[in-house]
Amino acid sequence: MTREDIIKDENKVYSRPRLLLDATMHYCPGCSHGVVHKLVAEVLEELGMEDTAIGVAPVGCAVFAYNYIDIDWIEAAHGRAPAVATAVSRLQPDNVVFTYQGDGDLAAIGTAETIHACTRGENIMIIFINNGIYGMTGGQMAPTTLEGMKTSTTPYGRRADINGFPVKISDIAAMLDGTCYVTRQAVHTPAAVRSARKAIRQALINTREKRGTSFVEIVSTCSSGWKLSPVKANKWMEENMFAKYPLGDIKNTEVKK
Amino acid sequence: MEEDVKLMKGNEALAHAAVRYGADGYFGYPITPQSEVLETLEELMPWETTGMTVLQAESEVAAINMVYGGASCGRAVMTSSSSPGVSLKMEGISYIAAGELPALIVNVMRGGPGLGTIQPSQADYFQATKGGGHGDYHLIVLAPNSVQEMADFVGLGFDLAFKYRTPAMILADGVVGQMMEKVVLPPVRPRRTQAEIIEQCPWAVTGKRGRGHRNVSTTLELQSNEMEKNNIRLRQTYDLIEANETRSEEFMTEDAEYLIVAFGCTSRICRKAIEDARAQGIKVGLLRPITLWPFPKEAVCRLSKQVKGILVAELNNGQMIEDVRLSLSVGSSVPVCHFGRTGGIVPNPQEVIDSLLSNFPQSK
Repeated sequence: MTREDIIKDENKVYSRPRLLLDATMHYCPGCSHGVVHKLVAEVLEELGMEDTAIGVAPVGCAVFAYNYIDIDWIEAAHGRAPAVATAVSRLQPDNVVFTYQGDGDLAAIGTAETIHACTRGENIMIIFINNGIYGMTGGQMAPTTLEGMKTSTTPYGRRADINGFPVKISDIAAMLDGTCYVTRQAVHTPAAVRSARKAIRQALINTREKRGTSFVEIVSTCSSGWKLSPVKANKWMEENMFAKYPLGDIKNTEVKK
Repeated sequence: MEEDVKLMKGNEALAHAAVRYGADGYFGYPITPQSEVLETLEELMPWETTGMTVLQAESEVAAINMVYGGASCGRAVMTSSSSPGVSLKMEGISYIAAGELPALIVNVMRGGPGLGTIQPSQADYFQATKGGGHGDYHLIVLAPNSVQEMADFVGLGFDLAFKYRTPAMILADGVVGQMMEKVVLPPVRPRRTQAEIIEQCPWAVTGKRGRGHRNVSTTLELQSNEMEKNNIRLRQTYDLIEANETRSEEFMTEDAEYLIVAFGCTSRICRKAIEDARAQGIKVGLLRPITLWPFPKEAVCRLSKQVKGILVAELNNGQMIEDVRLSLSVGSSVPVCHFGRTGGIVPNPQEVIDSLLSNFPQSK
């Protein structure tokens, strides 16, 4: 049997989602962004949202998300994606609007916009990549950096007495009346990927049905920032990140407006 | 048909005009002396009539980024604030300029720096006309001096913003925002439909809707040669605006031997001062810049050749005076003096005349 005999449509078991563009990604090996991008593209396609979806990209590693998923995008200023998405969703209620943000963008500089979009119960999905570090700028401390964790601005490890404590922003989001769905997921194993996919699907359906704000945290790895191989980073995440940021649904309810 | 004349504040007239223009969205945050804009819009409930969105944001920063989002969708969106709040908006305004997006920003100026005073001022002239935010950009800056112009400049500001795909600012002051005058509100226009927006703004982020390619609203360009092309394109837009959209108004300049240059509420005070001065035999006229950027350089230059002295009157320590001086011909010897009140103090006409006489004693 030759290679050509095998490469046939009837033998195909998997292919790149149509909405995931055939572009070389700038993400480092082992980074969770690529998997999450794929899931978003796959679910948007599955739900028939190619023509109505509008993504709002952050400042951070996902700043170029608009180069990878074939839908309309707005690139927001640092931390302001939920404000941008608020306007888009209110002015164009026929669209399905989502933000895609990292921990620095969402839980440091953009905390006010995050909290208030959730408070108002904006009909948007927020994808929150939590890898506990600023990847794009070279590995500085993030609001979600664990105590003791070394970064370029906490070279001896994060100290609560100097740097404060890591923030569990999803738990805060779950306390707000405007959120209908808050969940914490990961994409480090096939089972976790299936679960994250289900969560993103649920969040996008909530958004289409105008049920309030859906908040999907993905606890992620940053091999470059953590200075660990992709395999070791996954293990480190399981042992350390999940202890602080346990996986699972935090809230799944109906918002009464 | 008899005109429908109303009596209202400048801030209220501006809010009414926004609804009547067919604006799609207003996003704001309370700050004195412009909170009537948001209050009037909430009272008008335009979402029930025209479908206009009105939202009180959590901050000026959020409000301007909502404007950035709405403008990215090709919608006619606006925000208003006063000086400290406009400083907070400056980052977002830079993004809107960089994204080549149309939007309307209103600054009803109060005295600064810092928290300053809630009383009127014109101290944000530099911020509005020289950029304000980071990077190399300009705003179209309209300076109303009446409640009527507070209403009229909403439509003008939006029209210019869409024509040139650049943000426009109404630079008003606490006097114009707060004072009540007669006003004829502009005609009611329907909001543009989604189909019209898609046709008129093919760049708008509307969802692909069968377009075949994706629209992306971004201000990021890491390739220097591409970024320079963006900067050159912006420069070309600004050149066009300077050539086509410079506006000013003159009062009693035909035989003027002295010239006062003033904008906004100060121009109203100076008109009265000029009438009083003329009664005393002083031949003085007024040039009122209506667009502060682009600045009416040619009008200043032309009049400078006719007069023996120029007095620039403004509610600050001397900002527009720099543009007046830059407008003179090389080698011009006409003296340019400044009259300013600050701290939120609004001068009376006699103070302007006194300044004219003390700076130019031979004018008497």
